Amino acid sequence: MEATTVAKTGTEGKTWGGGEEKPLKASYGKLMMWFFITSDALTFSGFLAAYGFSRFKFINEWPIADEVFNHFPFLHGVDAPMYYVALMTFILIFSSVTMVLAVDAGHQMKKNKVVTYMALTILGGIVFLGSQAWEWSNFISGEYGAVETRSGKILQFADAEGNRVSLEEFATATPGERAEHENKNGVWYEAEASYNPLGIEDVKRGFAANPDLRVRTMQLTEEGEKELLNREESLLKLNESGIGVIQGANLSRNEYGAPLFGGFFFFITGFHGFHVLSGVLILIIIFFNVLLGTYEKRGSYEMVEKVGLYWHFVDLVWVFVFTFFYLV
Amino acid sequence: MAHDTTHGEHSGAKKRIWQVFIILSILTIVEVVLGIFKPEFLVDTDLVSISLLNWIFIILTIIKAYYIVWAFMHMEHEAASLRRVVVWTGVFLICYLIAILLIEGSYIQEVYETEYITWDF
Repeated sequence: MEATTVAKTGTEGKTWGGGEEKPLKASYGKLMMWFFITSDALTFSGFLAAYGFSRFKFINEWPIADEVFNHFPFLHGVDAPMYYVALMTFILIFSSVTMVLAVDAGHQMKKNKVVTYMALTILGGIVFLGSQAWEWSNFISGEYGAVETRSGKILQFADAEGNRVSLEEFATATPGERAEHENKNGVWYEAEASYNPLGIEDVKRGFAANPDLRVRTMQLTEEGEKELLNREESLLKLNESGIGVIQGANLSRNEYGAPLFGGFFFFITGFHGFHVLSGVLILIIIFFNVLLGTYEKRGSYEMVEKVGLYWHFVDLVWVFVFTFFYLV
Repeated sequence: MAHDTTHGEHSGAKKRIWQVFIILSILTIVEVVLGIFKPEFLVDTDLVSISLLNWIFIILTIIKAYYIVWAFMHMEHEAASLRRVVVWTGVFLICYLIAILLIEGSYIQEVYETEYITWDF
């Protein structure tokens, strides 16, 4: 039994060493990892349940995930819903497999195999992180652009058949002087992020000049598609309530729909990505320990098992994020 | 402990890993295919205010979670007490959280829809 504990502390069997009784029959380290995982699982459930809350709150106007996440590397302009996230899911599941193989090799005290499998796991983690960065960059830069209304809703544009049209296709920016508020002019000064050259007036003008264009609102129809207004309604809606142009996404607004959608995307996938990042870092540390023969000397690869638990947990969370963010 | 049981049967443990990998892959492929094609029948049929398609996604996800925790995280080799400590804590608290937030969410949606204030102007 004792052969599997991490290190001898000299307190074995003493009360302050935990005594001989082990009701859960697991070593201290593994138990703590399980407790951490349980609490972290509750944190993620909190996020996903909050996402569900907001989605139920805006059940008839939430963005359709297939329309937002439809990019695939090297397939520019091709509508490829889900393929990319599915690929990311496979990368993570496969890195979980190599991790569990590393743990298995550790049980058999095969150092070289542990090294190989851990290296593959780290590679998988890094590829996943890169994929997520690509996903974020697509989400942030956006594709079609949209107009924000006075009430904070989003108006998107489409042709008469309902195919999306991007703002650049019909609106041209008017060159003009823009005096920026400067630091020296006021007590209260906020630096501006970026300068969007396309103004709301340009969009309105471009829209009026193209009789083929329609406005797509956030409202979902019975068929689960976005509502397409007719030409008259479109003109009225855009001219009455359009106040600004949105390109891509940030924390306060996004071109896909409800501002909360962007917030949740950044927060949930970001928090998960942060877990992957820390997982990769811990894996690298343990990887070097394995290389140095630390666990060989210790006579047990339990540390690999513990980092494995964490890594599988990260995979587990992704399975849920995948379902609730991209599928449901 | 966990190791003592797996030590004698290396090939068995390896076989289990690949078996679980295949199961997880198939489940993911099924999810993706359903997500892309969205069969009319499954989208239109509701069961307890959630469409059949979404129920399938949720159930498949829980099955995947089961395999990851049981096989990859070696939960099946842990003591029953540890299993209960981890699983029941999560299950109870998460069910509570979800129930309360989703009920509250649909209540607010109802207020938005039926009260005399317009939110779209």
